[in-house]
Amino acid sequence: MSTTAQEPATVGTERRLTITEAIREGIAEEMERDPRVFLIGEDVGIPGGFGGAFGVYLGLPERFGHERIIDTPISEKAIAGAAVGAALMGLRPIPDMQYSDFLFECMDELVNQAAKMRYMSGGKLSVPLVMRAPVGTANRGAQHGQCPESYFIHVPGIKVVAPSDAYVAKGIIKAAIRDDDPVIVFEHKLLYGSKGREQAGGMDLTAHVPEEDYVWPIGRAMVKRVGTDATVVATHLTLYRALAAAEELAAEGVSVEVIDPISLQPFDLDTVFASVERTGRLLIAHEDTLTGGWGAELAARVAQERLYSLEAPIRRVAAHDVPLPVAPVLEQAVVPTQQRIADELRLLLA
Amino acid sequence: MIEPIDVTGLGRDEALVLYREMLRIRRFEDRVYQLFLKGELPGTLHQYQGQEAVAVGACQALGPDDWITSTHRPHGHALAKGVTVRSAMAELYGKATGCCGGKGGSMHLGDPSVGMLPAIAIVAGGISVVSGLGLAYKLQATDQVALCFFGEGASNEGAFHEGLNFAAVQRLPIVYVCENNIYGASTPFHRTSLVPDVANRVAGYGMPAVIVDGMDVVAVRAAVAEARDRAQRGEGPTLIEAKTYRFAGHSRGDARGYRSRDEEAAWKEKDAIERLGLAITSAGLGSEADLADVLADVNAELEDAVEFARSSPDPDPADALTDAYATAIAIGAAL
Ligand SMILES: Cc1ncc(C[n+]2csc(CCOP(=O)(O)OP(=O)(O)O)c2C)c(N)n1
Ligand SMILES: [Mg+2]
Repeated sequence: MSTTAQEPATVGTERRLTITEAIREGIAEEMERDPRVFLIGEDVGIPGGFGGAFGVYLGLPERFGHERIIDTPISEKAIAGAAVGAALMGLRPIPDMQYSDFLFECMDELVNQAAKMRYMSGGKLSVPLVMRAPVGTANRGAQHGQCPESYFIHVPGIKVVAPSDAYVAKGIIKAAIRDDDPVIVFEHKLLYGSKGREQAGGMDLTAHVPEEDYVWPIGRAMVKRVGTDATVVATHLTLYRALAAAEELAAEGVSVEVIDPISLQPFDLDTVFASVERTGRLLIAHEDTLTGGWGAELAARVAQERLYSLEAPIRRVAAHDVPLPVAPVLEQAVVPTQQRIADELRLLLA
Repeated sequence: MIEPIDVTGLGRDEALVLYREMLRIRRFEDRVYQLFLKGELPGTLHQYQGQEAVAVGACQALGPDDWITSTHRPHGHALAKGVTVRSAMAELYGKATGCCGGKGGSMHLGDPSVGMLPAIAIVAGGISVVSGLGLAYKLQATDQVALCFFGEGASNEGAFHEGLNFAAVQRLPIVYVCENNIYGASTPFHRTSLVPDVANRVAGYGMPAVIVDGMDVVAVRAAVAEARDRAQRGEGPTLIEAKTYRFAGHSRGDARGYRSRDEEAAWKEKDAIERLGLAITSAGLGSEADLADVLADVNAELEDAVEFARSSPDPDPADALTDAYATAIAIGAAL
């Protein structure tokens, strides 16, 4: 049971990186140490181009060449299919989706092939691929802002992770690349660099990233803030809004614990259980829509395993069950804001 | 040196309409870009400068009941199909008076009342859906034709191959307009296809294809008109590949490091608006003063639209929760 926040200890000089820089570094280190690792996707390595939709791969083609940073046609089925096949043959592909909304273009390769090959072969085959897919609302409307993590936690055979800070992002992309199962890594596009700061409540989105080799194990949560009166479990931008809401409630004399689950499948239930045993109250917050979101699964597990630790019904705050609108006033009415999280916390504590 | 296009047989009014329609799109895009840089518009932009002849030529060949599908780069298609400048501008501002009530935004401009689906920002998404438009027209024996705009990059999606083969074998009344502007985001087409012309791909589906100068509005209009006639005769779909170029970056903030300034300059020599303008004055269809009048009209229309958008109300936040279903459902209703 953890009673302290688990931020990485800073040993030696502090080195603050953005998530973009941390992931780039993590991928580069793994490509360096393992020749089987390669990257494949749209606009990832074109000279003078973008280095991927969010610049994560800038500089990698110069280091690793176009044989290992493979630019593709706009063909998500080809990207995912080639990744599945190459992984089956023992390579470690990192297929890239520019936006997670495009994962729906390659659902067959992910859901019917990647997820099931190990099982169908009676355990003889592995599909060690790492799909990268940015999520999150950013005034781009219904087809460029979805948070589809929960579709994939429903698929046995696929692991799902959702890092929210640079330290974890680097550690978990490295863990994912070394993992023998297909892993989808969902990052939030407003958390990549400095641009998302404002929307994240002006918070510093860089984190200390040590130079040494480390991984953040898939399946381990992180307590971001220690508290005694209520527990919030939240990911991505919603995590930062939850931290801000916790700060807001601290001023009202309430102590809120905030947990970043990081890994959605497998899920570190023990960390949540331990927290709920102490606080007796649970709020789950995510930017994905409410119905059938991962919060529903977590709520069911906590209700089943820790009902008698609870002093109040579990609450959830999520995007409302509608597609994403583009107008800022509408968008903010759909996604969970700091205000809504704080209000939910007050209801939870009432 | 700008070469005029061939305007043989074109009347004065027609010529000035084509000119006005193209200029409206160009000025709209230029103005929108300024407004975006000033921080007045949310989100991102995929701009259409350079490709005006394709949208205008194609839509001028359609009837009011013909529908179009569009892409992540829809501003030109929307204006050419008749979405009003006011409602398009207001949509970019995210205002209640926008053509999608602020729910769609730049990448989903559209208006059913003028025969345009909300633009589909999933590359090649429209190519799948347009099959159903064509199928409905065929099953209901209307003489409507559906027109599907997409980029050359979209021809690498599975949807292109499934959609075109299905439409061909069903002889659906569809006109596919591929805007080959050479790049899909940063990626030149030659890096993603060993066949340089998208038109060559469709022979495998038994569909006729024509390549047209996408910087010549009259040529585009003629090609689409012919394909539309063919579709209405029940002879099935046609693909038109318009060779064109986007003058701006892929989306705002694109420094265009993947292409040369010389290449850009060469394409600007083929500017469709200037080529038509020159043709109009040299053929005596209109004077410089006539063209200047068109520009003044267009500018006035734009400033009116900007004013309209700025002074329009924001959508009511409560509206965010409507329109997901025909009738609101109970499960998962707003908390
Ligand atoms: C299925 C899908 N994959 C990738 C993207 C990201 N994307 C948006 S536009 C674009 C390039 C499209 O190129 P093209 O079809 O030639 O159209 P153009 O942008 O040149 O108008 C890409 C890759 C997307 N929107 N949808
Ligand atoms: Mg293109």
